[in-house]
Amino acid sequence: MTDFWVLLTGALVASCCAILGCFLVLRRMSMIGDAISHSVLPGIVIAFMMSGSRDSFIMLLGASVLGLITVFLIQLFQQSGVQADASIGVVFTALFAIGVVLVSLNLKNVDIDLDCVLYGEIAHVHWNTWEMSGMDMGPKAVWMLGITLLIIIGVISLFYKQFKLCAFDPALAAAIGIPVALFHYLLMGLVSMATVSSFESVGAILVVGMLIIPASAAYLLTDRLGAMIFISVAIGIASTGIGYGVSIVLDASIAGCMVCAAAVLFILAFLLSPSHGLVARKLRRRTLSGNTAV
Amino acid sequence: MQSLLDMMTDPNSQWILLGCVLLGLCSGVIGCFAYLRKQSLMGDTLAHSALPGICIAFMLTGTKSILLFLIGAGISGLLATFGISWITRYSRIKSDAAMGIVLSSFFGLGIVLLTQIQHSDYGNQSGLDKFLFGQAASMIGSDVQTMLIVCAFIVIACTLLFKEFKLISFDPGFARGLGFPVGVLEQLLMFFIVVAVVVGIQAVGVVLVAALLITPAVSARYWTDRLGIMVVMSGLFGALAGVVGTWLSSTTASLPTGPISVLASTLLFIVSLLFGPRRGLLAKRIVRSRARQTLMEEQKSRMRDLVKEGSSL
Repeated sequence: MTDFWVLLTGALVASCCAILGCFLVLRRMSMIGDAISHSVLPGIVIAFMMSGSRDSFIMLLGASVLGLITVFLIQLFQQSGVQADASIGVVFTALFAIGVVLVSLNLKNVDIDLDCVLYGEIAHVHWNTWEMSGMDMGPKAVWMLGITLLIIIGVISLFYKQFKLCAFDPALAAAIGIPVALFHYLLMGLVSMATVSSFESVGAILVVGMLIIPASAAYLLTDRLGAMIFISVAIGIASTGIGYGVSIVLDASIAGCMVCAAAVLFILAFLLSPSHGLVARKLRRRTLSGNTAV
Repeated sequence: MQSLLDMMTDPNSQWILLGCVLLGLCSGVIGCFAYLRKQSLMGDTLAHSALPGICIAFMLTGTKSILLFLIGAGISGLLATFGISWITRYSRIKSDAAMGIVLSSFFGLGIVLLTQIQHSDYGNQSGLDKFLFGQAASMIGSDVQTMLIVCAFIVIACTLLFKEFKLISFDPGFARGLGFPVGVLEQLLMFFIVVAVVVGIQAVGVVLVAALLITPAVSARYWTDRLGIMVVMSGLFGALAGVVGTWLSSTTASLPTGPISVLASTLLFIVSLLFGPRRGLLAKRIVRSRARQTLMEEQKSRMRDLVKEGSSL
């Protein structure tokens, strides 16, 4: 049963992240995803301090707010003349530092563990179950991730056209009258939600891997956004399965193995993709030069 | 103030203070070049990708020495930079996604190695994870001596190669035209960033080490347009943040040094953002309101002239 819950959690994390990751990669905002995944820490801690419980939904709210504040601050500094990547760096390190200070000030009465926030422990998922009128309803994390995934799928499929246009040509989108800023913040809100619901299971840093690696691999395999999203989800889920298997064999961190598996799949796509792969490119170049020689 | 004096006289705190000041100084200096070359987030990437190097160095030798970790982390950091440049050169993936991919896969590998170390019976593995969150208080004399040598090396090298680094920061094409070995210089700069990052990891941890590089440099940029002054100011800002961090964390129990230094550095950044001459928000607002006033006065005097002309007609 443990295997089932871990795999289900991993697959849900992978799907949430893989869908959103496609838009981040296309809009060249991968490092903003990284920044959000770090800066939700103070949101989690403050929500915990105010509510006094590890009620996941309050944490989700706190962290989503912090995610939006992060994006807002990054844009504010960028507009006042700081380079884009430097403003990302300044904002997320400052917020992360606030989070670490808050955790260490409340170290005695807090059962938030820094290690747990950063690395996550997917193997503990099935212990933290949700009971409803005496019935065991399964792990809390699965419920939370499931709801997050539903919200993500709902929002993305409702506004698919708008998101697509914003991803490829924000100027055209703005000219047509699509509120680009609104969709930008909507996407960032979804990214923070996905980060928070995943952090307990895979940890804040490895969420970045699940966001970016499957989406980038899919970007190398197809030229269509719809296909890219499905391939990205498939790669994410596949790396969850492979990673879990490897982690059992090696007796190592499950989340770490999942990201490594995703990285291996990315390297395969990088080398062997039929359209954009390294080998295909070399072959095409060889046939081209062969043709010209003849 | 009493506590500040206590800190100055306590030999243990002296080491930590010296370590934090040196660290702030040398990462502030090197951060300027990284900022100008638009490589600010490189520090973050390198810090994360140092982890597998540190783990492998520990697994091979079984000792926790900062020098060995430096070598291991340096090698894996260089591999990470090669990975990023390969991905961007040979595929259509952009540099930001390439950074994210390399960062998270190296870190994932590092975590796997870390759990391997924890599950096997290496002797003194405790404290290895302290490297990740940083614990400045765990610095001892020998660590600080290594840091002293490394920082002195970086600062001297930056002084000697100042002209070259300046050129490749602003106009690498021109530098190549003049016949400078731009590739070598870029790799050298990257190597210095790797060294600064690895030295910083012990004090402030993997995540926050990026702030040591970025924040002082961005703050210094608000005060001056000259690179020489910017580098000196950035180094001073970094050192000041180190002093404040050590001081506050030694006076209050359970305040970690690294994050407090980062917050002090961020505070300096906010002050610079608001009050920097010419570029600061306040200065910009003053300039704008002055421009508006002169415009109004000009318009008023023109109107007066028009009225005068009209009445004389």
